[in-house]
Amino acid sequence: MGENVRVKLYRDEAVVLRTRKLGEADRILTLLTRAHGQVHAVAKGVRRTSSKFGARLEPFSVIDLQLYAGRNLDVVTQVDTLAPHGRAISGDYGLFTTATAMVETAERLTEIEREPATQQYLLLVGALRSLAEKVHASSLVLDSYLLRALAIAGWAPTFSECARCDAPGPHRAFVAPMGGIVCPSCRPPGAAAPAPETVGLLGSLLAGDWPHADISHERHRKEASGLVAAYTQWHLERQLKSLRHVERA
Amino acid sequence: MAAYEGIIADLIEELGRLPGVGPKSAQRIAFHILAADPAEVQRLAAVLTEVKSKVRFCEICGNVSEDVQCRICRDPRRDPSILCVVEEAKDVVAIERTREFRGRYHVLGGAINPIDGVGPDDLRIRELMTRLADGAVQEIIIATDPNVEGEATATYLARMLRPMGLTISRLASGLPVGGDLEYADEITLGRAFEGRRSIDV
Repeated sequence: MGENVRVKLYRDEAVVLRTRKLGEADRILTLLTRAHGQVHAVAKGVRRTSSKFGARLEPFSVIDLQLYAGRNLDVVTQVDTLAPHGRAISGDYGLFTTATAMVETAERLTEIEREPATQQYLLLVGALRSLAEKVHASSLVLDSYLLRALAIAGWAPTFSECARCDAPGPHRAFVAPMGGIVCPSCRPPGAAAPAPETVGLLGSLLAGDWPHADISHERHRKEASGLVAAYTQWHLERQLKSLRHVERA
Repeated sequence: MAAYEGIIADLIEELGRLPGVGPKSAQRIAFHILAADPAEVQRLAAVLTEVKSKVRFCEICGNVSEDVQCRICRDPRRDPSILCVVEEAKDVVAIERTREFRGRYHVLGGAINPIDGVGPDDLRIRELMTRLADGAVQEIIIATDPNVEGEATATYLARMLRPMGLTISRLASGLPVGGDLEYADEITLGRAFEGRRSIDV
């Protein structure tokens, strides 16, 4: 008898970002794992009604899973649910579109497979939870998530001192390509000039200052969302498909 | 397939485009066709051209049909007051197999899936609203897939339809018939509890 070959199984926690149909009854999952970054895996037979873990592998679910490292794609062998957000999120159309924009952003920011992205993972898990539990307005959760996810990816915007020359703020002009708020001398012509309250709200969303963000005015939330969307699209370069479908409450 | 020339290579390439057919299977099918009786191949070719020229989508429900309207929409025995909304034409067949439903259908052509760029405007929701305008339909059964996209589509539809004062229901989720309770996953079992019904004896 030869020595046993080491079985290539590993275990990790993950958020299901996207699912695609494969063949007759399988799905390819895009997962953001805690320790292994983005992983593509095959879930066999999950589209059959007799599947034991089809329900656990729905988008937005936080799961504990065991994977078999295959040649191209890994194969899901066992799954346990940690947080089944799917139901709460798909039961509210606004939450569903918001959560979709978040997972698409996460997918985009962790595009290099197997590059650990634990901070992105933890941020996404937290954002999905507060969305599903309706702790804050969904548009605030989305904007805060986008700003913080971009900050982790290295594109932290500034909302007080000038993004270009560090001149202490507050300043009025917002320019996405320059990295946030800029001072009057750095300001290019045609820059957006949001209300000071909007700039304050953006700072709170980036810092996670919820007491301040929660009492913000609807008008400033709308303006902030527009700026966050512009900032996100600029830095992600390609269009986020789901962002235009987001329904803001 | 560089190893084959001319028309055989073309045939193998075309067959290889079909779902679930890889290069090796395409080669096998191509040689089967070469060896087959000419009349049999003629029949296959005729059906292929016929299906593309004859089959279209029903102007009322969006189901596949050979006429302007599909068989179900033309059938006067079907109850015009109940409408079942499904994602695909394949789902109509699945529901027809149950013999439980005697109303009519509406095929959406998919589910809302923003991550793939599919929004409500890309589905046949506007057609559904137009269909409801004359007030003949009293009840709507939403039979989209029991996954996140299907549920979200159902939520969206329910919100659009509620102001119209119709009876709106969603297919139940729960335990598969013939299975063991202990093998059900917690999410499905949870849904089964939520949708439990009283037994009338």
